[in-house]
Amino acid sequence: MDDVANEAKAFFIIGSNTTEQHPVFGTMLRRAVRYRSAKLVVADPRKIDITEIATLHLRHRPGTDISLLNGLMYIILEKGWQDQSFIDERTENFDEFKATVMQYPPDKVSETTNIPVEQLYEAAEIIASSKPTAVLWAMGITQHIVGVRNVMDLANLQMLLGNMGKPGGGVNPLRGQNNVQGACDMGGLPNVYTAYQPVTSEEAREKFAKAWGLRTKDELGRMKDEEFSLSPSSFILSDKVGLTVTEMIPGILDGKIKSLYIIGEDPVMSDPDTNHIRKCLSSVDFLVLQEIFPSETAAYADVLLPGSSFAEKTGTFTNTERRVQIVRQAIEPLGDSKPDWWILSQLAKKLLARISDRVRKDAPHAGWEYSNTSEIMSEINALTPSYGGITHARLEAGERLQWPCPTADHPGTPILHTKQFTRGKGKFMPIDHVPPAERPDDEYPMVMSTGRVLYHWHGGQMTRRAEGIMQVYGEALVELNPDDAEKLGVNGRNILRITSRRGSIEAQAWVTDRVPPGMVYANFHFPEASANELTHASLDPVSKIPSYKVTAVRVELV
Amino acid sequence: MINLKINGKEIQAESGKTVLQVAKEHDIHIPTLCYHKDLNPTGNCRMCIVEVKGGRFLQAACVTPVWEGMEIETSSEKVMKDRKLTLELMLANHPVDCLICDVSGECELQDLAYEYQAKVPDWGAKGTRYPVDSDPNPFIRVDMNKCILCRRCELACAEIQGRDVWGVAKRGFEEVIVAGAGVPLLEARCESCGQCVAYCPTGALSNKMNYGMGRAHQVKKVTTTCSYCGVGCQFDLLVKNNKVIGVSSNPDAPVNGMALCVKGRYGYDFIHHPDRLTKPKVRRYLLEGKKKSDIRNSIVDSQKSKVELSNFGSPWDWVETEWDKALDIIADKLTDTRTNFGADTMGFLTSAKCLNEENYLMNKLARQVIGTNNIDHCARL
Repeated sequence: MDDVANEAKAFFIIGSNTTEQHPVFGTMLRRAVRYRSAKLVVADPRKIDITEIATLHLRHRPGTDISLLNGLMYIILEKGWQDQSFIDERTENFDEFKATVMQYPPDKVSETTNIPVEQLYEAAEIIASSKPTAVLWAMGITQHIVGVRNVMDLANLQMLLGNMGKPGGGVNPLRGQNNVQGACDMGGLPNVYTAYQPVTSEEAREKFAKAWGLRTKDELGRMKDEEFSLSPSSFILSDKVGLTVTEMIPGILDGKIKSLYIIGEDPVMSDPDTNHIRKCLSSVDFLVLQEIFPSETAAYADVLLPGSSFAEKTGTFTNTERRVQIVRQAIEPLGDSKPDWWILSQLAKKLLARISDRVRKDAPHAGWEYSNTSEIMSEINALTPSYGGITHARLEAGERLQWPCPTADHPGTPILHTKQFTRGKGKFMPIDHVPPAERPDDEYPMVMSTGRVLYHWHGGQMTRRAEGIMQVYGEALVELNPDDAEKLGVNGRNILRITSRRGSIEAQAWVTDRVPPGMVYANFHFPEASANELTHASLDPVSKIPSYKVTAVRVELV
Repeated sequence: MINLKINGKEIQAESGKTVLQVAKEHDIHIPTLCYHKDLNPTGNCRMCIVEVKGGRFLQAACVTPVWEGMEIETSSEKVMKDRKLTLELMLANHPVDCLICDVSGECELQDLAYEYQAKVPDWGAKGTRYPVDSDPNPFIRVDMNKCILCRRCELACAEIQGRDVWGVAKRGFEEVIVAGAGVPLLEARCESCGQCVAYCPTGALSNKMNYGMGRAHQVKKVTTTCSYCGVGCQFDLLVKNNKVIGVSSNPDAPVNGMALCVKGRYGYDFIHHPDRLTKPKVRRYLLEGKKKSDIRNSIVDSQKSKVELSNFGSPWDWVETEWDKALDIIADKLTDTRTNFGADTMGFLTSAKCLNEENYLMNKLARQVIGTNNIDHCARL
């Protein structure tokens, strides 16, 4: 992050409310703009805080990011501002991509996005003439049915300008949760083991089978029939890509999922279409929730296990820039609560005793006898190439490590793709604009976008229990444009009823020009007025991310 | 490089550096108060004054650049006397309540007064001039009686946070630090990040949430990583009697330095909130060996009811158990599900709030022990 904040000549922020969602990084950007005159282009339908200091604010219609990006790239190509030598040496598929972009002339883009043509030219000039420009985004880009296409188009832009693999340049997604990067790195995904080793790869499965004491394909072939107390599949690692969270929970209703084990997550607050989520969770056969609070999801749990907060355990988190940092225990776990790693290892031992012949105990990492997280990290080191050299001992000695860090003497890697991309050459992807899944109509004439606010965190389990924070921001506010307020007869903090095809909430209005006319913005921090009662579960087909950012709603004064 | 002398010692220094920087590089101590390495120097507290040969006045080391042939005395009698007088002038206007002041032990004014043995002069101002705890902000305690007008708060807000909440009003003896045009902090667009508190050298700005709960020498500091967003700020948890009573900036934090946001610095009290789960709990029906499908009506009833139905005998009541019992119940149920319906009917949601090591174990549990790839977390949400 410091290379971006200190070396970028310009920032292009699209779909990130940086000063509220990543506040400390937001202040680094403020400093860069104020004290070293970095240019800042913000593309966001809302007049978010950071637009105050922006060189240019593009206020495009929600869900028209691709059109905007293609329009900017059209202008860059029209003016000849592209980095042709980077394109020639390090990328491929440029011609096909160019043909698509050429379908997006400024006047057409202006019509789709509602951005004046001259602002498109101004933005393209700032982004193209500042070397390097850093592109920053967060969930405002990914939480659309075209989330993956949005991201690819941003990569197109940075390849076109030759801004990849350079300090102060690049594509910089800002990860939301403190350890969402680490949860992904550690195999908390349905398609990969640690460090993104695919479950569909024979080689990866063999590696983990040997480490964890399961049968490899060859060994399974050599087993005699009488050795199979269970079906052969019971002795191997599954090669079938699993379900995502947005498939698992709805999968309860059609019988695909019988039991759920949830750690520290609150689907009732954070997943789209709360009514549907409630229905699903009510129907599951068995739900275990390992949590620090009785969250809204706890009402549906069969067993509630008291985990512990970050202050009560030692281990590591990985931040948005792949920096692995130590977390230190400050206090003893409260009451009879336990660190989550302890709970999992105890449970695994009990399960293995019941599923007795699945795992061979002599394999190097078959067991679950851990006395601390440093021992778990050693196992991670052995099985995870990018974390191979990241040990608690090095971190405790004050080393600052960003993965990939494959060996004990490797210094870590602050910037990726400096010489080449993971796949060799960067591939330009032709991307076309697709309208959002749910568009305003006569019955639901407004667009609602959702997100968080500075003072609260996600489903609010932590921040709603912080006294001072509740004094400053104690209930859900829905942002409403003054023009719409006037039409609805809203004057001040009246109560609004917001209704979508899936549900209805009542919350106080915050009349503000932060949102453009025709749009409201709501958060999901408060169970009594959570925006997710209204959102819908249409997913990006690849990432399976819900399209939280565009929901058609009707707004009324109560 | 240029040549100069500090306290008679010949020194080579880079041109453009200040006397304070050069002295620090050569381990020569010059006291400071308004100066902070993260902020632009202003030279207004006069603690870092030094004697420069040929100079008409004592010079503030933090804003005086070195020059060729410069001869500096950092602790001559004149300098020491002047510094002590400066301190006495500050103390003349500062409540002497170190006995009950929250920042006693980490107050830079207190340390310097001790170093220079400066006392409150007899002619000092009597009584307090400003209301104590004068701002309604729930996090930041403002007591302008203790302000020494060093302006670090103003600079921290402008230069670190980029927000310009604090400013200076009035002149002379009336000079005072104000938020906005003399309004409450939140009205002056304060983001409650507490940067001003972290940089304040005295008790003028302190933390309201833990006021009176423990002073520097009574707390243990544990450096750790924030559990809110993905930026990865580090800070120190302040611990007293196995309780987290606060958060303070750790200047060595790799990503954020002294900077934190409102959630990181002041959103910690969830840790000891009475709602915390402290015992494993299972639904009564599980202890009675009943099937969930047979108690659906009870579940619906208790979900409708706002009242906690515990101890009313509903099969959907929570019953506290020991760990062993709770884990046995889970292991039995999961084994049954696996045997009867197959591993792929089981879902595992791991947590972006948990440690890497814990996420690794959840991945191992789902894949090695159970045999399914149905594992995910909230990255998509």
